Amino acid sequence: MNNRVVITGLGIWSCLGTNLEDVKNSLFTGKSGIGMDAERKAFGYRSGLTGIVEKPQLKGILDRRARVGLSEEAEYAYMATLEAMKNAKMDMSWVEQNEVGILYGNDSSAKAVIEAIDIIRVKKDTTLLGSGSIFQSMNCTVTMNLSTIFKLKGINFTISAACASGSHSIGLGYLMIKWGLQKHIICGGAQEVNAMAFGSFDGLSAFSVRENEPTKASRPFDKNRDGLVPSGGAATLILESYESAMERGAPIIAEVVGYGFSSNGEHISNSSVDGQIRSLNMALNDANVKPSEIDYINAHATSTPGGDFAEAQAIDAVFGECNTMVSSTKSMTGHECWMAGASEIVYSTIMMQNNFVAPNINFEEGDEASSKLNIVSKTTERNIDVFLSNSFGFGGTNSSLIIKKFK
Amino acid sequence: MTQAEIIEKINEFLVEEFEVDAAKIVPDANLRETLELDSLDYVDLVVIIESNFGFKVVAEDFINIHTFQNFYDYINRKVEEKNATA
Repeated sequence: MNNRVVITGLGIWSCLGTNLEDVKNSLFTGKSGIGMDAERKAFGYRSGLTGIVEKPQLKGILDRRARVGLSEEAEYAYMATLEAMKNAKMDMSWVEQNEVGILYGNDSSAKAVIEAIDIIRVKKDTTLLGSGSIFQSMNCTVTMNLSTIFKLKGINFTISAACASGSHSIGLGYLMIKWGLQKHIICGGAQEVNAMAFGSFDGLSAFSVRENEPTKASRPFDKNRDGLVPSGGAATLILESYESAMERGAPIIAEVVGYGFSSNGEHISNSSVDGQIRSLNMALNDANVKPSEIDYINAHATSTPGGDFAEAQAIDAVFGECNTMVSSTKSMTGHECWMAGASEIVYSTIMMQNNFVAPNINFEEGDEASSKLNIVSKTTERNIDVFLSNSFGFGGTNSSLIIKKFK
Repeated sequence: MTQAEIIEKINEFLVEEFEVDAAKIVPDANLRETLELDSLDYVDLVVIIESNFGFKVVAEDFINIHTFQNFYDYINRKVEEKNATA
């Protein structure tokens, strides 16, 4: 079976805004969502830089039983999914009568785990954690909670693949629908944003310390980049078979046409040009498009010296002849980690819908590798028919997705 | 803490935490049915009682608590016992 797979709903909760319209405006104007968190410095962080993400207020929206199990990232995911389902015209009564699945990327729930352990240490009593702790603490906190809240009856599990989690969730959802195993899947990625979540990452000196200029700290591909800025939130996409979307009169936003993946088989944290090239080529082959047909690449580039250097080489190796427009929206958002692969599809689809390429802000001067790419540093109004989005993660997991304007 | 203060405090956290309509909290009403308690909710009730009154309810104690009045009486007795040993 070879079903067409379309996107019928988008939802976003990020440091660029908490709805599609605000995020569109942030992307167009090149607005940074980065700021400082003094708590992190006091906590022992090398860098206090972070994406500033608003906390949802769910009292009055969800009942107590639903709320107590939601971790921070699951709250973001709930809000993003609510928006996506609304604009996909999927109401609760329809969802209850149909087989809707969920595949969501998430790779930690550190705050919930640490707060629970702190209570046990003080109280010496596990009952006093309350009933919600277990449902907040597990990696599958997003899928277990949202599948319950939205009464989902299809596929239901979490994808943990480091910073490629969100991208693989869309890739796997695409394959399940393409092969006829499911008709409708909620895909996405979520990332907690708190001092407990990123300590070990900060400990690797991976974060930018340009604390006197927070909005200039995330500068993917720029020669003077000094590290990434952690961020988070959640992004949701509703994937459906073309037939299903047509049957229920859903608005079709775009089409998922290619998914490529690979494992580096090398170092646990270093990037691999070879691994990335394999992922890119697999996606192009799956989509049956030539590199010259890709109008825009949303790069994984996080603003680390080594990672961006490798990706620039991989993009140049595959797209070097094509002068393809490239930008990393992480220049505005910071690195949304487990969420990034999904949010960057949302960001790029917004650009596709509105005919512009969002800028790679803070790109002033390329290095030896990135100066070979066509990096878009200013908002560029341009029609996008096909885009590609890269996501790479620790352990050498790579994912590339290709999305096409629906015609 | 007087019995009236204890009752006021209990009603306050039931409305706030369990989101029950205050008008439904009457002494003879059934606690479990009014609050729509399931097995998970009882765990949260233990946490709320501990944080408000400083003692931990053991699960068996809930067996004899049927009405709100039973609940008030139980909490009042445990608070008195706690004060007596303090």
